[in-house]
Amino acid sequence: MSIPSSVLGTGSARDLSPGIYPGVVAYLAIAGVVLLLMILIGVVLRLAQAEWLPVPPDLFYEMMTAHGAGMVGIAGLAGAGIMWHFLSHHVRLSRGILIANLISFLAGVAMILAAIFLGGFGGGWTFLYPLPATSGGAWEPGAAALYLGGLLVIGVGFLLFYLDAGRAIIAEYGTLGAALGWPVLFGRLGARLPEPTVVASTMVTIVNTLGLVSGAAVLAISLINLVAPSFAIDPLLAKNMIYFFGHVFINATIYMTVIAVYEILPSYAGREWKASKPFLWGWTASTLLVLIAYPHHLLMDFVMPKWALIVGQVASYTAGLPVLVVTAYGALTLVYRSGIRWDAASALLLLSMFGWAAGIVPAIVDATIMVNLVMHNTMWVPGHFHFYLLLGMAAMVFGFMYYLGHDRGGGESTLDRLAVWVFALGGLGFALVFLYSGKEGVPRRWAVHLPEWVAYDQLASLFALAVAAAVLVFALRFLLRVPRLLAMR
Amino acid sequence: MIQDAVWLISVILMAAIAVVFLWVAAGAGQKADAEAVQRRAYRVRAGWFWLLVVVIAVATVTTLRALPYPDRGPQAASRVIVSATGAQWAWTIEGPDLVVGKPVEFQVTSADVNHGFGIYNPAMEMVAQTQAMPGYVNRLQYTFTAPGTYRILCLEYCGLVHHQMMTDLVVKPD
Repeated sequence: MSIPSSVLGTGSARDLSPGIYPGVVAYLAIAGVVLLLMILIGVVLRLAQAEWLPVPPDLFYEMMTAHGAGMVGIAGLAGAGIMWHFLSHHVRLSRGILIANLISFLAGVAMILAAIFLGGFGGGWTFLYPLPATSGGAWEPGAAALYLGGLLVIGVGFLLFYLDAGRAIIAEYGTLGAALGWPVLFGRLGARLPEPTVVASTMVTIVNTLGLVSGAAVLAISLINLVAPSFAIDPLLAKNMIYFFGHVFINATIYMTVIAVYEILPSYAGREWKASKPFLWGWTASTLLVLIAYPHHLLMDFVMPKWALIVGQVASYTAGLPVLVVTAYGALTLVYRSGIRWDAASALLLLSMFGWAAGIVPAIVDATIMVNLVMHNTMWVPGHFHFYLLLGMAAMVFGFMYYLGHDRGGGESTLDRLAVWVFALGGLGFALVFLYSGKEGVPRRWAVHLPEWVAYDQLASLFALAVAAAVLVFALRFLLRVPRLLAMR
Repeated sequence: MIQDAVWLISVILMAAIAVVFLWVAAGAGQKADAEAVQRRAYRVRAGWFWLLVVVIAVATVTTLRALPYPDRGPQAASRVIVSATGAQWAWTIEGPDLVVGKPVEFQVTSADVNHGFGIYNPAMEMVAQTQAMPGYVNRLQYTFTAPGTYRILCLEYCGLVHHQMMTDLVVKPD
C-alpha cells in the first residue's frame, strides 16, 4: 500500500496519484471554488475600507463573518483532502467517512450562508460568547442558532473524519505514539520508522480531535444559551474554549497541507524526504506546542492566570522551531542544487515554505506580551495570518492542485507561470500592507476606517485584486482538469 | 514606539528568510551530490538550531521582565482609579481628571458583550489596551507621559456599530 521511496527519478515528478479517489477531487474542486469566492469577498471588504466601493456596515460585517468562517472551513476541507489522499497510501481509510464529512460540510455551509445572508447574522466567525445572543437588535436568535448549528454540523463531520483517521492509523501502527515515531525516538530496536505523511496526519488527528471537541462543546452551550438565556457560561471560559478550538483548527490546516510538500517536492528534486529523529522530535514538539500556545489569543485578558499567558508566549516562540529547523530547512536542503524542474506545482510548494517560515516572524512578534499590548487586534493580526495562510497554506493547496493535474490535462501555459508570480508578489504586498497598517494602529474588523488609514486600504486593495486574479487562474486550471482526473482514474 | 521597532525587526528577519529562499531557488537548477549536500546541511542545521534556541531564550527573558498585568506594589494605593464600561456601542468612563505623570488604573468591564479598550495618543498611536469582558474587571495600569486628547477605540468586534465605538479622554498637564 505504501509508496516505494527508494528510487526516485531525477528532475521529473513521479506519480503519487495513480488512483485519485473522486472524493478527493471533489474536496479540491470545492476548495478551489470556495477559496476564490472567499478571496473575492476579501477584496470587497478591502475595497469598502478603501472607500472605493460603497458597502453598508451591516453588509460588511456579514461578509466579514462569511469570509472568516468560509476561509477557515475551506482550509480545513482542502487540508483534509490532501491528508486523506496521501494517508490513504499508508493506512486503510474509510471512503464513506470522507464523503460523510463532505456532505456535512456542505450542509453546514448552506446553514451558515442562510444565517448570514438571509438572517443577517454578522457576529464574526469566532462567535465570541455572548455576541451571537446579544446582537443589539441586528439579528434574531434564530439566525444565530442557524449559524452556530451550521458550524456544529461541520465540526461533527470533521470530528468523524479525524476519528476515522485515528482508527486507521492505530490499526496499522498499533498506537498513535508509534505513528509519531516514539519507539524510534526512544531507542526500541527494530522500531518501525513512520512515513512523514503518517507522522503529520497523526499529529493533526490528535490536536484536531481535542480542538473540535472543545469547539463543539462551546457551540452546544451557546446554542442552549440562545434558547434559554438563563443557561449561561462563564465568558472567560467560553473565550478559552473558542480560541483553543479556533487556534488548533486553523493551525492544523497547515500541518495537513504541508503533507503535499513532503510528498511532492522530493519527486521534483529527485531526492528523498524521510522521517529522521529531528523530524520526529519536531512533530512531537509541535503536537504539544500547538495545544498549549493558544493563550496567546488571550494576552489582553488580564484576569487570566499570569502563568497561562506566559506559557502562551513561550510556547508560541518555541512553536516556530520545528518549522524553521525541520520543515522549512528540510525543504531548502531538498531543493538545494538538486537540478529541480520548476513548474507551477514545485514553485508554489517552495513558495509555501517561504510563506510559512516568514509568516512565523510577525506571528511570534505578536505573541510577545509587551508587543501584544499595542498590537493586539490591530491589522497586524490579520497581517501575520494572511502571510502564512495565503503564502503558506493556500500555496500548498494550489501546488497540490497543479501537481494532481500536471500530467492529466495539458501542460502549463505562460499564464500559469505568470499567475504564480502575481500570486507571490501580490500576496506578499497584501500581507505587508496589513502588517504596516497594524504597526500604525489600525484596528482590525472595522467596516469604516478613519481618513488617515484609507491610503493603506487602497494599496492593499490593489494587491488583493492581483491575488484574486492569480487564484482565478489556479482555480480555473484545476476545474478544467477535473473531468480528465476523473476519467483517468 | 514599540511598534516601529517591531516592524523593523520583522521586516529584516522576513527579508533574510526571503534572501535564503531566493538564493537556494536560484541555484537549484545546478546539481550536486545529494548525500554530500545532506551531510553538510545536517552540520549547519545543528548550529542553526542552537542559534535559534539562544535567540528565543534571550528574547523570552528580555521580554518577560516587564509585563502589563496589574500589580499590587507600593504604587497601587496612589493610583487614580478610573472605571471604563463598554456597552454596545459606547464607552462610559468615570473618574477624576487625568494628569500627566500620575499613575492611573483603568478598571475595565463590559455591560454586554466583549469589547476591547484601546488607548490611542493624540498622534493616534496605540499606547495600551485591555479587553472589556462581561462579568470581569480587567485592571489596566498606565501613566500618561504627555498631555492632550487621547482616544479610546473598541478593539474587539462587538456588533454592527463596532467601528463607531470611540470616545475621547483628556489628559491635563502636570
